[in-house]
Amino acid sequence: MSQTNRLAGGGLIDRSRVLTFTFDGRTYQGHPGDTLASALLANGVRLMGRSFKYHRPRGPLSAGSEEPNALVELRDGARREPNTRATTAELFDGLTARSQNRWPSLRFDALAVNDRLSTFLTAGFYYKTFMWPRSFWEKVYEPAIRKAAGLGRLSMQDDPDVYDKGFLHCDLLVIGAGPAGLAAALTAGRAGARVILADEDFRLGGRLNAETLTLDDAPAADWVAAILAELASLPTVRVMPRTTVVGAFDHGVYGAVERVADHLPVPEPGMPRQILWRIYSRRALLCAGATERPIAFADNDRPGILQAGALRAYANRWGAAVARRVAVFTNSDDGHRTARDLHAHGLEIAAVIDVRSDAPRSPDYEVLAGAQVVGTAGRLGLTGITVRTADGGTRKVSCGALGVSGGWNPAVHLTCHQGARPRWDAAIAAFVPGPDLPPGLAVAGAAAGTFSTAGALREGAAGALAALADLGVAATAPALPRAEDAPAGITAFWHVASDAGRAWLDQQNDVTVKDVKLAHQEGFRAVEHLKRYTTLGMATDQGKTSNMGALAIMAELTGKPIPEVGTTMFRPPYTPVALGTLAGRSRGDDFRPRRLTPTHAWAAEQGAVFVEVGTWMRAQYFPRPGETHWRQTVDREVLAVRSAVGVCDVTTLGKIDVQGTDAASFLDRIYCNGMAKLAVGRVRYGLMLREDGMAKDDGTAARLAEDHFVVTTTTANAVAVFRHMEFCRQCLWPDLDVQVISTTDAWAQIAVAGPRARDLLRRVVDPTTDLSNDAFPFMACAAVTVCGGLRARLFRISFSGELAYELAVPARYGDALVRALMAAGADLGVTPYGTEALGVLRIEKGHAAGNEINGQTTARMLGLGRMVSSKKDSIGAVLSRREALDGPVPLRLVGLRPVNPADPVVAGAHLLARGAPTTAASDEGWVTSAAFSPHVGSAIGLGFLAGGEGRIGEIVRAVDPLGGTDVAVEVVVPHFVDPDGEKLRA
Amino acid sequence: MIIPHPLLGPRDAQEFVYLGDARLIDRPDGLAEDAADAFHDYAYLRDNPAGEHQELWYHEQGDRSWLVVTRDTVTHRILRAELASDVARAQGRSR
Amino acid sequence: MPDHALLPLTALGARTPRVDSVGGLTITEVPDVALASLACRRGCDAALAATAEALLGVALPPVAGWAGTGPYGVFWTGPGQWMVEAPYATHEDLPDRLKAVVDDAGSVTEQSDAWVRFDVEGEHALALFERLCALDLGRMPAATVQRTAIDHLGCFVQCREAGRRYGAYGPRSAAASLHHALLTAARSVSRDRKVFP
Repeated sequence: MSQTNRLAGGGLIDRSRVLTFTFDGRTYQGHPGDTLASALLANGVRLMGRSFKYHRPRGPLSAGSEEPNALVELRDGARREPNTRATTAELFDGLTARSQNRWPSLRFDALAVNDRLSTFLTAGFYYKTFMWPRSFWEKVYEPAIRKAAGLGRLSMQDDPDVYDKGFLHCDLLVIGAGPAGLAAALTAGRAGARVILADEDFRLGGRLNAETLTLDDAPAADWVAAILAELASLPTVRVMPRTTVVGAFDHGVYGAVERVADHLPVPEPGMPRQILWRIYSRRALLCAGATERPIAFADNDRPGILQAGALRAYANRWGAAVARRVAVFTNSDDGHRTARDLHAHGLEIAAVIDVRSDAPRSPDYEVLAGAQVVGTAGRLGLTGITVRTADGGTRKVSCGALGVSGGWNPAVHLTCHQGARPRWDAAIAAFVPGPDLPPGLAVAGAAAGTFSTAGALREGAAGALAALADLGVAATAPALPRAEDAPAGITAFWHVASDAGRAWLDQQNDVTVKDVKLAHQEGFRAVEHLKRYTTLGMATDQGKTSNMGALAIMAELTGKPIPEVGTTMFRPPYTPVALGTLAGRSRGDDFRPRRLTPTHAWAAEQGAVFVEVGTWMRAQYFPRPGETHWRQTVDREVLAVRSAVGVCDVTTLGKIDVQGTDAASFLDRIYCNGMAKLAVGRVRYGLMLREDGMAKDDGTAARLAEDHFVVTTTTANAVAVFRHMEFCRQCLWPDLDVQVISTTDAWAQIAVAGPRARDLLRRVVDPTTDLSNDAFPFMACAAVTVCGGLRARLFRISFSGELAYELAVPARYGDALVRALMAAGADLGVTPYGTEALGVLRIEKGHAAGNEINGQTTARMLGLGRMVSSKKDSIGAVLSRREALDGPVPLRLVGLRPVNPADPVVAGAHLLARGAPTTAASDEGWVTSAAFSPHVGSAIGLGFLAGGEGRIGEIVRAVDPLGGTDVAVEVVVPHFVDPDGEKLRA
Repeated sequence: MIIPHPLLGPRDAQEFVYLGDARLIDRPDGLAEDAADAFHDYAYLRDNPAGEHQELWYHEQGDRSWLVVTRDTVTHRILRAELASDVARAQGRSR
Repeated sequence: MPDHALLPLTALGARTPRVDSVGGLTITEVPDVALASLACRRGCDAALAATAEALLGVALPPVAGWAGTGPYGVFWTGPGQWMVEAPYATHEDLPDRLKAVVDDAGSVTEQSDAWVRFDVEGEHALALFERLCALDLGRMPAATVQRTAIDHLGCFVQCREAGRRYGAYGPRSAAASLHHALLTAARSVSRDRKVFP
């Protein structure tokens, strides 16, 4: 028979529809509106999991997100999600769930032997037990502990779902849609304010859904439905069920996770499973309610022992009984409400055990005033309890469920996310939000410690009015329904004093009262120490039901009042957030955007292999049929440039347009070398320093007009250099007449390099431009037209050391230009080359690049010391002159060639004198860049060597202990081709 | 965090790049007698107050303004945000 | 217009612009736009305002503003800086025309191919941008432009008709990534229930 513990009527479930699901392979039935936990309870299943450390049998403690015990693996295959709270998992047809942390089965778990060994596994046992021998930690102890402990299993497959991120703005964010939240949203929504009402539950109403209260003499559900209908009709109100506000951040920013598709078998196509919202609020009102806390007593963790409020929630909201015969253990009037409700549902109330001697009486069931529960029975589920009565006697009470109420803790978490501490309120024996709330946040209802329904309604409306008044929005309070307004009626009571059995505080991390006593005994008395020593509150529920009890016990032990013991820090997220949600769409290929060069499609057609350069995709090399190794391809490309002509897309280099009457003066201050006197129509190499004197970036400045330059940067530093220029322009010299704008993407720029470069360009550049060496010499630049009239820019600059140009056209024509160059140069042997050949060419020429200008090097080290002008002030010039900046024996850029041409040169290898021991103390420098040079016929390298300029011709060792190479290399000038620069001036 | 941009109103700090102490505006004269000492202090010495701090933020994903933001480093409260060029001029910087 | 032999590609690498329709949202690549940045030279505010208005037919807009008439549009991009738009087919030489009138009062830089523009239109337009950027589009009136980050990319978002029609300018080199982000968000929100005001 199915749903044996489903009550005859009532509940906010749709009994007309049946949902079928499985738990541990068994099939059950439930209804829409059920959670997995309510459906299992309705089917008579109390045992839902095993505990973390001792593998104790456990059932749900709660009916909400504070759940420590009922954690399951939800769904199958790649979608299997461990540690899902059955108490919040919304039931859907076909749901499959499995219990976790047990083997071979939930009812018989081999590692339950840990429970017998509990004497040895108390707080701090890791620190004490696994100290010795040290080597055992990694190989023996840790793997064994990891296997034994822990909760669910990951699927170990890629998550097939997608997750979105989003941004929302509102005047008032209302967190929680119970009576306070609904009243607040209604008040603000009617006033026309932009309101977001977010609630973690799939059904709005908060605690009203779990109670049998009436509002204006009608069931609370009617009022909730009416308010929700009105909110839905208000154009500025956004109601967000299934949305947990997980963090309160600076300046009114809140993080929220919306579970868009968790209640569906699989998300619809294109639908994100969850959305991580960043909510920008002008004001926020926390109406998150309160969490009931248990009382600690011996063996209080058996399946069937729940928060009293959870017992009545299961009955009232879900029509589910945990058992037919129920007892309640309470220190407040609230426990009696559970007994009344369950009795009304036709359940048998075995007894209400109230620690207070003046407990209220009932005509319907027995109330044991001044009594305590001192023990329980039932291996896999509660069968009975032992009560110590007011007269000191003990009495056995048989029952299948026990509701425990130790009072309610206001959900202060979000109020503390920015470091504030809560305040102790003795009247309700609970921490309430403190005075220094995050700016813009107020609290209403049970979250503020106001536990009556009427109070919650009142405070919700008042909170919204106050927030709107702050914002200058006129509003009026709505007429609120009549509701119960009972005082809390509570006597603080935390644990039953007893030496027998274990009294559980943190059921998820298996922390007992005894562990707290042990921590106290061993000196871990500060709350933060207590937490870390015992692991109290460090599980996925963050101690929502356990921290308070432990603090109170520590207060007893230390003889301090509870507020002096204080609380641990509350940190986001309020409930666990899946990593996939935090990642959003930034996974795999979508991790970050990609930038493509204007010739990308053409390069792909040529079979190019692409490489990521920052966010750019660049052609690395262009293999041809028959080439079996990338080196073959690169050597061919390099030799083609040296002997004929090559083309390479260099669009990725940063381009910055600098204009204004002070543009020249500005560049003179940005570059360490002089720029002011650069003639119009000429280009100059420039080196930028950081203010501390280290090299920052290099590039060229081309003067297109008196008041107009185009500056290039390295690909990697384009953004940083632009930012730096804006800093200099706005912060240092705000009255210079200079304007800068990036044009990197605007122009497709193609390098044309090699002895036949001019011949090729003459076929593409319109004849109105004289390209002869006299008319357009090395370092010339001009606006030209190409291919019959397209505007273009031509720069005669060379990275390869060859006769070379860079030709720029509007980006949309880049593809056409490279095709035109290839077509025009076929008979000249024009060859596309990629970044790999580009690197070889520049190493052969001895041009410094990112490997050399890496933030640790100076102009002098680069051999560019004389560029730093002493006639002017420029960024970094002053500190660059410090003598010791290049090291005790100044490092200098040198070329390196292996004595044996067959030997490799490895970038990163250290340079040591011959005969010196291979020690760090003998280190004299390092290899920065290395490549095979088809021109030289061996590997070559660039590197920094102590006193390098005076050691040309010396043989040193390039040692790479990681790769195991130790190669004799000759120190040479860092120009392997054309050291006098005749080729590039030809 | 939200930066109250003086022109654009409240903007998410994610749109900005942080540089640090706004004293970087006060760059010494590189041609002065004591330039070496002055630049040493300028490049390396920073106050690190627990409390009000003036710092430079660059609205990179926005209007490209450099701002001087006065922020309480303890509470993260932002007291002021000004255009750095205005601050620089007020401090006598010009060209 | 120049009479050269080269054929242009759109930012997405095709001969014709891309159009996608997803659940009531249309995302259109708009290549027919010439752009030129205009920056005020020091002390030339009045001269620039007057000369620019003479060409554009509208005054240079204030912070976050857009203005336009006839072939021209212009929007604020930063203190003393604007971006001028015109149809590429007829105004490929936009920077020259602009420089010719503003002369020494302003710095003009060709920006036509620095950007890709996608127009987004449909009743879920707000919901789409909610998934992409931090701008408060619900409070963004027509004829305004804000720069922000979309998928890490610095983009200008133009409001053409509040709640319905927007333009997004992003870096041309990242056109494919931006398009992918827009399309993905469109698919996502096409299943959404409610569009926030």
